[in-house]
Parts: sequence; structure tokens; C-alpha cells
Amino acid sequence: MLGTIRRHIDPAIASAFGCIVALLLLGSLYSSSFLSPEYLLQQLKVASFLGVIATGAVIVILLGQIDLSVPWVVAVGSMMATAATGWGALGTALAIPVGIGCGIGLGLVNGLGVAFLRPPSMIVTLAVNAVAQGLMVVHTGGFSAQDASSPAMRFIATGHSLFGIPNALLVWAVVGSAAVFPLTRTTFGRVVYAIGNRERAAYLSGARTRAVAMTAFALSGGLSAFGGVLLAGYASKAAQAMGDPYLLPAIAAVVLGGTSILGGRGNYLGTVAGVILITLLQSILSVMQIEEFGRHVICGVVIIAMLLIYGRGRRHSD
Amino acid sequence: MNADWPYHLREHKGTLLAFAAFVVMFAIYATNHPAGLNANVATTAANKGVPLAIVAMAQTLVVLTSGIDLSAGMVLVLANCVASSIVVGTPLMTALGVLGVLLVGCLCGAISGLIVIYGRLQPIVTTVATGAVYYGAALAQRRVPGGDVNATLADAVTGPLPGGVPASLAVLLAPVLVVWLPFRRSAIGRAAYAIGSSEVAAYMSGVPIRRAKFVAYTLSGLLASIAGLFVTCITYSAEAPAANGSTYTLYSIAVVVLGGVSLFGGLGSAVGAIFSALMFRTIGDLLFVFNLDPIWQPLFQGVVLSAAVCLGALRLLRVRNRLDLYG
Repeated sequence: MLGTIRRHIDPAIASAFGCIVALLLLGSLYSSSFLSPEYLLQQLKVASFLGVIATGAVIVILLGQIDLSVPWVVAVGSMMATAATGWGALGTALAIPVGIGCGIGLGLVNGLGVAFLRPPSMIVTLAVNAVAQGLMVVHTGGFSAQDASSPAMRFIATGHSLFGIPNALLVWAVVGSAAVFPLTRTTFGRVVYAIGNRERAAYLSGARTRAVAMTAFALSGGLSAFGGVLLAGYASKAAQAMGDPYLLPAIAAVVLGGTSILGGRGNYLGTVAGVILITLLQSILSVMQIEEFGRHVICGVVIIAMLLIYGRGRRHSD
Repeated sequence: MNADWPYHLREHKGTLLAFAAFVVMFAIYATNHPAGLNANVATTAANKGVPLAIVAMAQTLVVLTSGIDLSAGMVLVLANCVASSIVVGTPLMTALGVLGVLLVGCLCGAISGLIVIYGRLQPIVTTVATGAVYYGAALAQRRVPGGDVNATLADAVTGPLPGGVPASLAVLLAPVLVVWLPFRRSAIGRAAYAIGSSEVAAYMSGVPIRRAKFVAYTLSGLLASIAGLFVTCITYSAEAPAANGSTYTLYSIAVVVLGGVSLFGGLGSAVGAIFSALMFRTIGDLLFVFNLDPIWQPLFQGVVLSAAVCLGALRLLRVRNRLDLYG
């Protein structure tokens, strides 16, 4: 009985959740408000922006690829959604789909490049990131986007619904379940894991590897853009560099949650833990008034320390 | 005539292509420049290209071992911030300061290397984390832009040499002669290539894997700090916005690939990366030469990068067996 339970608990996810609890306890020594429901809900709300973006990242990383176009796809999502808001009533209604749609389009370009041109995904997504940046700079004329976000965007990012739960958290919950189901219960998910383990074997067993890779990158692009839409709603306007601080935390969250950066191994629950861990760490450090440089150093050290505990590769002699 | 020249040609194809592309781009740039090609134009162009070229060399060393260094740009920023405090004063103090900056770079590279080797973590994740630490250190060193640098040194390395050749090219040549060529010709350098080709095979053949990786990461940190030092000499000051570091890191990856270095490791040369970095900067300045609105520059660079990715896909035309597409 104990053995089966132990087998079902991933040590990485257990450590990540353990670390979250330890952080909260440490924080509560500093101030008891760290354990208050208001603070925790506020943190979960902030975490949901990173959570939505990391959902896309985890799908691509499970595939054994990486999506470096996150920063400017986030920016495209937010800026296109706010731009649509400026087109009148119809644009306001369609703001969210327009933002996400632009992200899916850029993701499809990533997917086409990776699936058919076959260079490393790192360089394809870098190129798409650069093009997206160029398009946005031309679009805004080099200035910050002027259009404000639509009421619907503000509602899903900052509003509260039943029992005072932030809407952003509900959005993350919906996005998360919508990602877990295909990853664990459909052919698409099986093929994602198979490609991550050995693409050649997946191809030889008849899996439609190209279609799956394109779908994965399109999802990643769409989710990054959706993250941008949420961020624009939260800040009530879009800004050019708003995606920059999300690329590395998204990758770090995925990896802290026990997903192998080489692909094929890991799950979404771990990513949830990683996202909460990173958000909480940053929040507690800033509440404790640690200066910005200290926050960077501590975050880097914590990531390495946690990975040294459970994320190590095999020895050559194994 | 040496009989194995087709082999050598194939091995250096990426480098030669990068060189040819650079020559073409620079010729277009120089012939259309309103002031023509004089010492000032050459010096400005070289000063812009050299930091990226040196970071690209740093990236090459790690990529050859099939790793990647996402902290290279942050080491540059850290070296920039440190240099703006200690590379000042009398010639002796300046010399000690330069030495100190280079030591900081070596230390940063060595830390990343040790974690990758003994911690057995993936290079990409390790260097994301160490990059955050180095960036924090840079911020601690310089919270607001500022600082100073020995003006004699700065003018000497960023001005033209007697005869009109930019001094920065000498700054670029020095690491090639002192770091890259000895590395490439040593047993350690061969080991780095062997690791990139197949780490398991290298291990089985008794290649000193740990030593080679350690040297590659340490030298990479050293080169990144040289680039940081040079940036200090150009700007006479230091600043630490995170965007600076990540831009250098991401461009260095793009440039390394354009220069014919395989991201899977074991193939390519730092010389190719250097020419491709210089080409990349020249392309960025072409719009200026043709008097177009600078607002188009980021898009233009993105399109050029995408075009290069598509050109790289031409190799698929030679693939006979579709299975070769899947590694």
C-alpha cells in the first residue's frame, strides 16, 4: 500500500510542493499575513499569468523543443488585443480572440519552421521572436501602445467571481484542465511524449509527428498571447517589453516542476507547483524588502539548489 | 595538392560562407555609405561589431560541447559593471583592474561549468539560473548607470590605429590568437569537439570529458568578460538593464548558428561565428546607409534571420532518406 502511494508521488513534484509550504512557513515567521487567505489568493492571481504562459511552454518542452518566442508573442497578444479595442464596438467584443489568434498564427509559423525546415527549434523561435518584435515596433511607430484594454480583458484579469476567487485564477484553472486532458488522455498527448522521448521511433510507428509538433507550437503561441491579453487586462494597457520577464521564469517553472528539458518526461501538476513556487518566492522576497539584486541572486541559487536535489542527469557509467 | 581537401572544404564550409556573406554585406555597406569608407566609418562599424563577435566566440566554445550558455550576456553585463569601477586610475591600477575583470569572467564561466559537470544539470537550465545570479551581482555593483573607465585605455582600444585600421579589430584578433587557436589545436579542444559529436563515444574512448567541458565554460566566461570590458571602453560607463544581457545572449545564439556552428555540437568554428556576428551588425546598419526609417530596423533584422533559417533548410534537398530528418 505504502509502496503504491510512493510510486505515484513524483519526488520532484513532492519537493516543489514541500518547498512552497516551507516558504510560506518561513514567511509566516516574518509576518503572519503570509498565511492569510487574501495574500494567498492575491499570489495565485499573479501566478495565473505566468501559469497560462507556462502551460504553453510545458507542451513544447515535453516535445523536446523550446519556444524562445514567448517575450514578443506575449507582447503581440496584448498589443493586438488592445489595438482591436480601439476599432469600436465590434473590435472591443473581439479583442480577446484577436489577441489569441495572432499568437496562434505566430505559433503556427514556429511549428511550420520546426516541423518542415528542421533547424533546432531554438533558432526558429528566435527568428519568429525577432520578426514579432519588428512588426510591433512598426505597428506602434516605436512608441508604447496607446490603446487601453477592453472591459472584458480587465474583467478576466482583475475581477472576482464566486466566493471572491479571482477570475484570473479561474482562467488558469480552465486553461490547465484544458491542457491536462489532451496531454494525458488523447493520442495527441501520447505522441507529444513519444516525440519527446525519441522522435524517430514516433515517426516510424506512424505517428503524425509534423502535425503534432505544429499543433503544440500553435498552442504555445496562443497561450503566450493569452497570457499577454491577461497581462494587458491587469495593467489596463499594453506595453512593448511586457513579455520580457516571462520567458525565463516560464522555463524555470516547467523545469522546477520536474519536467525534463530534453522532453518526454514530466507532467502539468509539476508545472503548477513550479509556477506557484517562483511567484511566491519573488513575492516573499519583495515583501521582505530584499533589494532587486538580492532577489535575482536568491532566485538563481534556489533554482540550482532544487535541481541539484532532484533534477540531476545520469552518470556516464550508468 | 593535399588529397583530403574536399574533407577540409566541407568542414570549413560554414566559416567560408559566413566570411563571404560578410564581405558582400560590408562591400554594400561601404560603397553606399554617404561618407565613403574612411577610417572613422570603419572604426565605428568595427566598434559596433566587436562585442557581439567576442560573445559569439564565447558561445561557440560551449555550443561545440553540445551545451549552450544562456548566461553569456549576463557575464558581459557583470564585467561591464565591474570594469566601470575598477579599470580606473594609474596605469598599474588599470592593468590590475583589467586582470580583475577577466578573473571575474573566468570565475563565472567556471561556476557554470562546475555545476554542469558535477551537478549533472542540463546546460540550458544551469546557465539560466547562473545568469540570474550574475545579473544580480551586476545590479549590486551598479544600481544606477554610471561609473568611469581609464580614458587612455578606452581611447586606445576604440580609436583607429596608425594607418587607419580600427584598434578594435586588434582587440578581436587577440582572443582569436591567444584563446581560440590554442584551444582548437590542443587535445582539450579536440576533446570538446568529440564530446559534441557523441558524448558517450567520447567517454568510452577515454576522452577527458570533465576537463574539456570545464575549460570550454571557463574560457567562455573569459571571452564574455573581454566583451564586457570592451563595451565599457566604448560607453565610458556601465549600466545593468536585464534586456541588454538577454539581447546579447540571444543574438549570440543566432549568430553562432549563422556562422556554421551546429547547435547539436561538434561542428563549426569560432572564426565563422565572428564573421557572422560582423555580418549581422552590418546588416543592421544597412537601413541607415540607405536612409530608411530606423523604425524598420528590428523587422528587417528579424526577416534576415528568418531568411537565413530558410536557407539553412536547403540541406533538406540532399536528404535521401526521410528517417535522416529525425535524430
